[in-house]
Amino acid sequence: MPMTMTQKILAAHAGVESVSPGDLIRVKLDMVLGNDITSPVAINEFEKAGFCEVFDKTKISMVMDHFVPNKDIKAAEQAKQCRCFAGCHGIVNYFDAGDMGIEHALLPEKGLVKPGDVVIGADSHTCTYGALGAFSTGVGSTDMAAGMATGEAWFKVPSAIRFNLKGALQPGCSGKDVILSIIGKIGVDGALYKSMEFGGVGLHSLSVDDRLCMANMAIEAGAKNGIFEVDEKTLAYCKEHGAGEPCIFEADQNAEYDEVIDIDLSEIVPTVACPHLPENTHPASELTEVKIDQCVIGSCTNGRLSDMEVAAKIFAGRHVAKGVRCIIIPATQEIYKECAKRGYIEIFIDAGCVVSTPTCGPCLGGHMGILAADEVAVATTNRNFVGRMGHVTSKVYLSSPETAAVSAVKGHICDPREVME
Amino acid sequence: MKAKGRVHKFGDNVDTDVIIPARYLNTADHAELASHCMEDIDAGFASRVNEGDIIVAGANFGCGSSREHAPISIKASGVSVVIAKTFARIFYRNAINIGLAILESEDAVAHIDAGDVVEVDFDDGSIINHTKGEIYCAKPFPPFIQEIIEKGGLLNAISGGE
Repeated sequence: MPMTMTQKILAAHAGVESVSPGDLIRVKLDMVLGNDITSPVAINEFEKAGFCEVFDKTKISMVMDHFVPNKDIKAAEQAKQCRCFAGCHGIVNYFDAGDMGIEHALLPEKGLVKPGDVVIGADSHTCTYGALGAFSTGVGSTDMAAGMATGEAWFKVPSAIRFNLKGALQPGCSGKDVILSIIGKIGVDGALYKSMEFGGVGLHSLSVDDRLCMANMAIEAGAKNGIFEVDEKTLAYCKEHGAGEPCIFEADQNAEYDEVIDIDLSEIVPTVACPHLPENTHPASELTEVKIDQCVIGSCTNGRLSDMEVAAKIFAGRHVAKGVRCIIIPATQEIYKECAKRGYIEIFIDAGCVVSTPTCGPCLGGHMGILAADEVAVATTNRNFVGRMGHVTSKVYLSSPETAAVSAVKGHICDPREVME
Repeated sequence: MKAKGRVHKFGDNVDTDVIIPARYLNTADHAELASHCMEDIDAGFASRVNEGDIIVAGANFGCGSSREHAPISIKASGVSVVIAKTFARIFYRNAINIGLAILESEDAVAHIDAGDVVEVDFDDGSIINHTKGEIYCAKPFPPFIQEIIEKGGLLNAISGGE
């Protein structure tokens, strides 16, 4: 039976010739990931079940990123528990303040994920690595515990929606606008339990950072995973970051899809998701009456170097509007350092922005930029649920870094093409 | 196995941020998580909910984050079962893995109102609405998942416990 890209990766890791949608299978894992919020629950479960050893010290990653640098005593205790467990079990890929980054920016950067891998992570945005042609998906802490103990996880084989990309993005638009448009079109449960498989001639025009951003938000359409065909750009990225030997899987020509959706990238416009669901999308140009109190540029969705570059170009010679706080968070130490080298940090500070060490912080209303009652934020993050960034009456508008930066300068939501050359 | 209780009703796309806001994720203590359950969608829920009560909700229940704290807070608050049209996939996995009973039934969601007294028979998937005198059916779990539930969660299933 013909298979999709995801089905082929799952079959290979289950040690079977082929799989069909709905099959329940047990697969071997190439990486098991957790963070400072989800790992403590996993560690408790791992120890309660009586496991003494992890399956492979090199195939577990623990990244302290959500409430790190520790925001309070309880958060510090959680990070301490992870640190002790990682030390005790010799976890090789343990990343703490000083060498950490936001997990989904960090793992690709460290070369810990490559095409053809199967990755589970106790963080819903683990689907990010599909950008590199891996099957990767978010799970809970108990699945993480089981994965750490056995190196395996169970899955129901998903069917898929195929997205055929053509054309190329217009200036001022990015992968974020594409994925927001798609979620606006299919809804927050439009791909429930399914794979979102991206391919077509337009794929080659998208940077790897654009793809990471798009795969990152597959979960916001309810998908099990998002996955991109592997091309020269993927391979160059993996080589540059020292990832191991890639294993390239291609969907069969006659693979069956629940739906095939054509996306002309040249028709994508700067798009914003309004409160309180990522599917409430509108063109940025229609939202100019929305005044903002805060802007956040960062997160596992849009805290990469190209995002910082876009923001720096916009903020150079400009200033954040009076009354607006703008918080910029490079996603990893490497990106932070590169921002300093390139002079972006100076540009941000001159423009009146706050620049923070890597952390998930404000994205989930954790710390480093919580919203008060009725405040409005434009953010390059991934969720705008009720209370997501703070007070239950606060509001979050999701956008690209282009739109967010220009909105910070204007003081209201703005189509970035009005300002960018 | 059976569950019986009064219904708390919610709409579509109840996300994990309203089930347990991230500001409380600096603890894994079950009782503390329960004390903030549903806080950002129904501030009085944690103080009103009684042991055995039932949550009935629309489509895509539990969407968003992978935080297992969400099903933990619901279970620890005393809720005996969540009945929804559909569940977000990570929440679905997590609920099964930690032993929070969940059922999918469009029919039940369409007809049950807040405050109804409802009884669920997990053996045959029947949902009895004592207030309205109606019976609905839930979709049965695949045998593989039933086995995890019967063994008391994923870790018991793989470690050979219980």
